[in-house]
Amino acid sequence: MNSGLVREFEKLLGPSSVLYRPEDLLLYEYDGSVEKGRPDLVVFPDSTDDVSRIAKLAAKYNVPIVGRGAGTGLSGGALARTGGVMLVFARMNRILELDIENQRAIVQPGVVNYELTRAAEPHGLYFAPDPSSWKSCTIGGNVAENAGGPHTLAYGVTTNHVTALELVLPGGEIVRVGSRHGDTPGYDLTGLFVGSEGTLALVTEITVKLSRKPEAVKTLLAIFDSVDDAADTVVDITARAITPAACEMLDGWTLRAVEDYIHAGFPMDSAAVLLIEVESLTETVATQATAITEVCNAHHAREVRVARDNAERDLLWKGRKNAFGALGRLAPSNYVLDGVIPRSKLPQALRRIRQIGDQYGFQIGNIFHAGDGNLHPIVLYDPRDAAQFQRALKASAEIIRYCVEVGGALTGEHGVGMEKSELMPLLFSDADFDLMRRVHDAFNPDASLNPGKIFPLSKGCGEIRVRPQTSSRRSAA
Amino acid sequence: MIKASTNLAPALEAILGASHVLYDPAARATYAVDEIIPSAVAIPASAEQVAEIVRFAALEKLALIPCGARTKLRIGMPPSRYDIALDMTALNQIVHYDPGDLTLSAGTGTPIAKLNATLFEHHQFLPLLVPWYSHSTIGGTIASGIDSPLRQFYGTARDFLIGAEFVTGSGALTKSGGRVVKNVTGYDFHKLLIGSLGTLAVITRLNFRTFPAPLAGSRGFVASFPTAEGALALRGAIAQSPLTPLTFDVVSPGLAQIFSEKTPAATEAAVFSGEARNANHSTLAPIGDWFHPHEWQLCAAFAGTREVLDRYRRDFTRFAGESRATSTAFLDDTTRPSMWGRLRETLSVLLESSPATIIFKLSALPSHHVALFAKLQEIANHASLAHAFVARAGGTIYFALLPPSANAEATTHLAQAATQILNSVSAAGGDTTLLFASPALKRALCASDGHAGPGINIGCSSRSDPPLMHRLKSAFDPENIFAPGRFLSCLP
Repeated sequence: MNSGLVREFEKLLGPSSVLYRPEDLLLYEYDGSVEKGRPDLVVFPDSTDDVSRIAKLAAKYNVPIVGRGAGTGLSGGALARTGGVMLVFARMNRILELDIENQRAIVQPGVVNYELTRAAEPHGLYFAPDPSSWKSCTIGGNVAENAGGPHTLAYGVTTNHVTALELVLPGGEIVRVGSRHGDTPGYDLTGLFVGSEGTLALVTEITVKLSRKPEAVKTLLAIFDSVDDAADTVVDITARAITPAACEMLDGWTLRAVEDYIHAGFPMDSAAVLLIEVESLTETVATQATAITEVCNAHHAREVRVARDNAERDLLWKGRKNAFGALGRLAPSNYVLDGVIPRSKLPQALRRIRQIGDQYGFQIGNIFHAGDGNLHPIVLYDPRDAAQFQRALKASAEIIRYCVEVGGALTGEHGVGMEKSELMPLLFSDADFDLMRRVHDAFNPDASLNPGKIFPLSKGCGEIRVRPQTSSRRSAA
Repeated sequence: MIKASTNLAPALEAILGASHVLYDPAARATYAVDEIIPSAVAIPASAEQVAEIVRFAALEKLALIPCGARTKLRIGMPPSRYDIALDMTALNQIVHYDPGDLTLSAGTGTPIAKLNATLFEHHQFLPLLVPWYSHSTIGGTIASGIDSPLRQFYGTARDFLIGAEFVTGSGALTKSGGRVVKNVTGYDFHKLLIGSLGTLAVITRLNFRTFPAPLAGSRGFVASFPTAEGALALRGAIAQSPLTPLTFDVVSPGLAQIFSEKTPAATEAAVFSGEARNANHSTLAPIGDWFHPHEWQLCAAFAGTREVLDRYRRDFTRFAGESRATSTAFLDDTTRPSMWGRLRETLSVLLESSPATIIFKLSALPSHHVALFAKLQEIANHASLAHAFVARAGGTIYFALLPPSANAEATTHLAQAATQILNSVSAAGGDTTLLFASPALKRALCASDGHAGPGINIGCSSRSDPPLMHRLKSAFDPENIFAPGRFLSCLP
């Protein structure tokens, strides 16, 4: 990188807010995905004004900017695909306001998801979106990717909980969209920017809704001797219009790995378990738990356990939320996919995933948000074996293709990012891309913000030239 | 205003066939928007035909306004140009419905009532209980952004519209989202269509998440208060409790009086599972003596098993006592519909209540409501204007001024009051949209350069986002042929 640019950034932010040495940049070339892309410079703004000044300086030198929260994303959204300046929001991590009466919070983008819930909890409130990475991921990252989580089945994903944003546009202009009340006149710009994966603007402040904690919670663990029975149970719960707060499935292979590590109480000899949670009034929860137990039994559940207390409930959820970490014990690396299907197609989708695994020689585990049809097949691989990694990518693409074939979509909550940009034509026509490009260019005309994301490289925005040295897939780390 | 392209008639007929194009003045007049009559009415039968018409219009720079049942065409500013009305009611089929997935895809012209009749067969529904319910199409409801009292529990369309197909201003048939309930593939363009008044694209198909219909055996609850403070205190107590009622709205004494005296022309709509088959298509029953016309009322509805209903009854009674309600009543399946029907039809009832009703949508945080209510009443009283309003729990207020007659003097008078209302809401950190008003009043509220004043449509001077909206409009509709001037009136 141009040393003059480094000096200008140091002058702008101070030397402690700029990283440029190769050994420092290495830490920022990966996220939770299998992708890789190294920035030329990493900067740490303290304020919206800093972000605006960074954007102006980057524009002056015509270098791209990529926003980044905690780097836990799973689609390469926060990677510098074409190099440039990485803007890390780690220091913009203050909760600016808790408005208890109106159930709103105003936060900076670097606030960790769980920290907001912790701050709101004494008032009986919490922030509903709960991705598995909630103890480390930031709300800014949640907004960029429109993150989900287990409990979004009942409460909706990030976009359903964001009412306003402060944005910095590529030229450094600061704009506010939406409103604290959430019923803003005009086009729903907030709805457009949430989930736009950092390709339209940098988000510097977020107003979110806080939800009231339910009076009662029941957590059920339904144990099955066949994956098909577990899948049929989910279909039936949906068809009977019972809406649990969460409905997660772990297949036998995955849960054994988890149990070995976390000892959550998952039975080692089962084929699949469903972790189902119901939340509401005490009176409602009792009825719903009974109804769900009946459905599970109708589909040959071996046993339906109800967590006796919070400790047992927390342990079950710990097993679910730390599952990906547990799988790290089995192989050097794992590739967590994210596809979504109409919920009624769940049994056949799980069978098809097994077939694809057999075909490519992988044991593919499944631990996912079954209630909303959001699949997370996990392919274990060794990144040192290039041929195996390529096979893993092929198997993964085939699974995602299948999701589209049965009426689903490419991604339920991880985003398109770098990971799936080339698969986008499976769903979208040239006319669709044309509108996406026009809207993209309306806000980010020079593709200076997060270039190389969402759009297939062949249908990209502006002049995106991917540097060969940073586009390579992640190798042995 | 009629800009007749010499090519108009043969071109539309070539696309649609002569029988699907209307020129007759009387027929065209029924498609007028703010007294502006289109040169032709086109009735496409497919999304492809819509795209063809749009491509033709873009080439000829003809202005289009899409419409459904035409119940809410008065919302928005007067169009600056209007050549072709696009009647979308022939796109009225349910394209896909898998009850097991709780998702549905239907043509934009499908009436909500028809759609819900199908859904009810599977004990599901779409929680869009909007005014003019028996006629309203899904496309018109989405494009107008009108909400329903049920938003308290189910959210607004933003929370359950999962995909759309639409034609852009360059005539391209385009889509966003999909048919799955969780999806982050690509930009969420369908959200932009909500409330866009046909200015971004012509909607051809909409995909929704559907919901289990609430159980029959639901209940209504009404508590009456001498002051707004009491009703708002009860609302606050419910909001801070673990209860999750389907609706809870505060009704002003003015609206309570209208509800008591008038029976809307609307029919009752089935809402609950089990009601569909014996859905009562007669007009609403008169409201009972449990409703007090000169008081503030909090009206709630809730559903569930017997234990749940008992819980609501206990808690509501206690909260109402604590907030000093003068009376309370629980409604059953025979009395509840009379209240629900009126709350659903509030906008249509208000429009029928005066020859020159104006209705604002005010959005302000609930914590500002006590002061804002007082200010709104003061403005109306000072102008000697009757007024009526309903406030939804989340903070949206539908506020109506009800002048006794429509004339030029009244227009000036109303414009002054309207400006004061805008300023008061703005001072409370809220936003104002003028929903319904006479074209004369809308124009009177525009500045001398023809641009709307701050906040009247979209606050072009009080907010920083209208320039972004303009960019978006240009990206969707580069030739500015969709409903020009109707929305974002600072656009030419």
